[in-house]
Amino acid sequence: MIPPSPLTNFPLLGHWVKLSEKNNLIFFSGRVELGQGNTTALVMMIADELDVLPSSIHLETARTDLTPNEGITAGSMSITIGGVALRWVASALKYQILEIASKQLKTQPSNLYVQSGCIYQKGKKTELYLSDTFYKIDFNRKIIDDVHLKSFEERQKSFPNINRIDLKSRLVDAPFIQDIAFDGMLYGAPVHPPSTYHQLVKIDLASLKDRPGVVKIVKNGSFLGIIANSFYHARNAAIWARSNGIWKSTLTDPVDHFQKLKCSNNVLDTIIESKDIRKNSGKWFETSVSRPFIYHGSIGPAAAIAKFEDEEILIYSHSQGVFQLRQAIANVLQKKEDQICIIHRPNSGCYGHNGADDAAFDAVLMAKSVPGKFLKVIWSRFDEFHTSPMGAAMVTKSRALLSSDKRVIAFDVEVNSTPHTNRPSSKIPNLRAASYLSKPIVSVRTPDVPLERGGGADRNASPSYDIDSLRVRKRIEYDTPYRTSALRSLGAYCNVIANETLFDKIAKELNVDPIKFRLEHVSDPRSKEILERLADERLSDTYNTSDDGTGWGLGFARYKGSGGYCGVMIKVNIDETVQVTDAISVCDVGEAISKDGIKNQIEGGIIQSISWTLKESVPVDGFSATAETWTDYPILKFSEIPNLRTILINRPAEKPLGAGEISQGPTGAAIVNAINNAIGIQVTELPITRDAIIAKLHSVT
Amino acid sequence: MTFENDHVSFKVNGKQYNVNEDKNTPLLFVLREYLGLSATRFGCGEGTCGACTVIINDEAILSCDVPVGEIEGKSVETAEGLQREPNDPLFRAFIKNQAGQCGYCLSGILMASKALLRKDPFVSRAKIAKALDGNLCRCGAHKRILDAIEEAAKSVVDNA
Repeated sequence: MIPPSPLTNFPLLGHWVKLSEKNNLIFFSGRVELGQGNTTALVMMIADELDVLPSSIHLETARTDLTPNEGITAGSMSITIGGVALRWVASALKYQILEIASKQLKTQPSNLYVQSGCIYQKGKKTELYLSDTFYKIDFNRKIIDDVHLKSFEERQKSFPNINRIDLKSRLVDAPFIQDIAFDGMLYGAPVHPPSTYHQLVKIDLASLKDRPGVVKIVKNGSFLGIIANSFYHARNAAIWARSNGIWKSTLTDPVDHFQKLKCSNNVLDTIIESKDIRKNSGKWFETSVSRPFIYHGSIGPAAAIAKFEDEEILIYSHSQGVFQLRQAIANVLQKKEDQICIIHRPNSGCYGHNGADDAAFDAVLMAKSVPGKFLKVIWSRFDEFHTSPMGAAMVTKSRALLSSDKRVIAFDVEVNSTPHTNRPSSKIPNLRAASYLSKPIVSVRTPDVPLERGGGADRNASPSYDIDSLRVRKRIEYDTPYRTSALRSLGAYCNVIANETLFDKIAKELNVDPIKFRLEHVSDPRSKEILERLADERLSDTYNTSDDGTGWGLGFARYKGSGGYCGVMIKVNIDETVQVTDAISVCDVGEAISKDGIKNQIEGGIIQSISWTLKESVPVDGFSATAETWTDYPILKFSEIPNLRTILINRPAEKPLGAGEISQGPTGAAIVNAINNAIGIQVTELPITRDAIIAKLHSVT
Repeated sequence: MTFENDHVSFKVNGKQYNVNEDKNTPLLFVLREYLGLSATRFGCGEGTCGACTVIINDEAILSCDVPVGEIEGKSVETAEGLQREPNDPLFRAFIKNQAGQCGYCLSGILMASKALLRKDPFVSRAKIAKALDGNLCRCGAHKRILDAIEEAAKSVVDNA
């Protein structure tokens, strides 16, 4: 058995669990709760391995002074890697506990077992509680020396599913960073230039200082920070500053990023190339799918709290990677990492690299001028829409070769994209304000995520089918004024839409049932089962082009080629606009830990993807993003939510896989295919608004 | 601009408060910053997301959109009021249906739907959805939220 990767750098039991003064065990995870419910699953995994109740587990997550550094919480890896690591920790811990108990009870460890916090021998409760052994645990022992994992048959017997451990608090308490208050705390509001290419030319600092409640102004290069005695005053002063300051772009001509993505002459990097890709003969089919910039659109804007004291900095942040953020801030401020402590606290849902890290740096820049005081920064909606990194714009061109015996034998995919990864790290700070301080730290280009880590722009560029020859090429367009970074599923959303709509196009031309056609290209039994279950679910009218403006469509993919499997069927009704009325999904994420949590993630992914596909596009003017409020960027509303049905295939003997990012691509593809089945046109320039459909109808006729 | 510091008194979750703040300050900021009641969330401050919804005299209102001066003598309900009411049908239904992911939008939705059910306990799912169109949820927990509210409505009617 290969140990999970976090145990390489953190091999000792004491790296993952400590004994409190009150004789309680505290577990540590470097993973952060992004609102997806991963801590509930992590607690379930520890409790199950240890044979105690989940409610007895105390888990601390992601803080630089306590927990292991598990990198960025992203890419649906929390359970697959972080959870499995904790399972090893719990197993090694239990081994020691039983060893200690066996000495006290003068028996063999193999005669003992744990049940609900008590130690049992031959079906009888002994006088020992688990906690009676804690004082003798050797936390310096190596986990891999003591690990004796349960077999899958022994798992998940006592609590196959539990409720989210944090939902009550999120409903009626104040757990979010925005809500945390310290005595004497000050509030900061940043005023960022509209893009990293803009400079602050003029601002009346004296008048700004005179705004109500303003305590101090921090100006460093083009970064402006307003410190006030309340958030309300800081926010109002920032609104005043934005309408009274002057910023100018260093770019003279507007940039048409789609033109660049569609017709770039830059070199394409070849990622995969089968030898015989050019030799095949048959009929080529092709498609081109484009997606615009997409906002993260968290309901609560980015926030952070920082305090400077005696050269040390304490930060509360909702960053996805507190250790990486610490490296970046240390680098920019020329500090030692151990002078900075970052503690993760939840914020509104995180769907990728949003403004969390930038807001933390804003708080640091302002807190520096008021040493000894806690300073809380809360971004405005305007800041969210102008300052936070956006999801990348993409154009994916897919070609498929059909042989004379009606098999797809080759796929040739060309991915054009703005960057999907611009996260902070030690070498590249990638903190928004750092790029326009008086001594700016110019961001250098971050290479795209390599294929062995799931790929970035090219994620899921390879279709999830048995195809003889394959070529994947990508081109990252760095040269635009827009700052883009990781958004849920990275390139997979656009690439799955391209490949899955191409599959449907071919099936339609051959007049073959699209599920049957896909099944002819699948040998993997797990993929097969997804498609067969979807076939069972579909209604009699499925896929028949109707004349009532309704239609069904399908999308399927295995995320990253190595992650969870997901198939989605969507029904649309096209009247004035496209309405998704039904969504049925079948998914397989291996061993399902938090089953309802997985379903919740799948449902959420489907709804978010419907919103992306039908409604969302960041308005830009060639220099910067221009949305100011939610009215400039509508997202899916309650009255637009379809009937949802989610079927989870549990495979207890298989590796647990993440669920947060597997349904977006298949959903987008299913919508495009459903629209094609409803009205006979394939709209592939996203979002599919009423105007987009009319434009497509005109171009066809 | 004038900044009248004046006395405003109103109830929050049954408790009487007297505050001396600029009467133009939106209720949202008074609740969060001066009264320490931050279960009412800041989402946009511009009346476009619904995260700050509270109930004022039985009406669901965006607290970012109401100057505190306007609530003199009125009665405000916020999500904190449910902290000690685990048997509230809506609160229970949200937990039972696991209706939420990050939960940021939920306290506003809870208050909006509480006011809705109080007015019309027989409200249909479609009407619940329409009534919540001003409350944005980004995680995509909409279906579960609608399930929860529908279930709570049913339990209220059944027990009436």
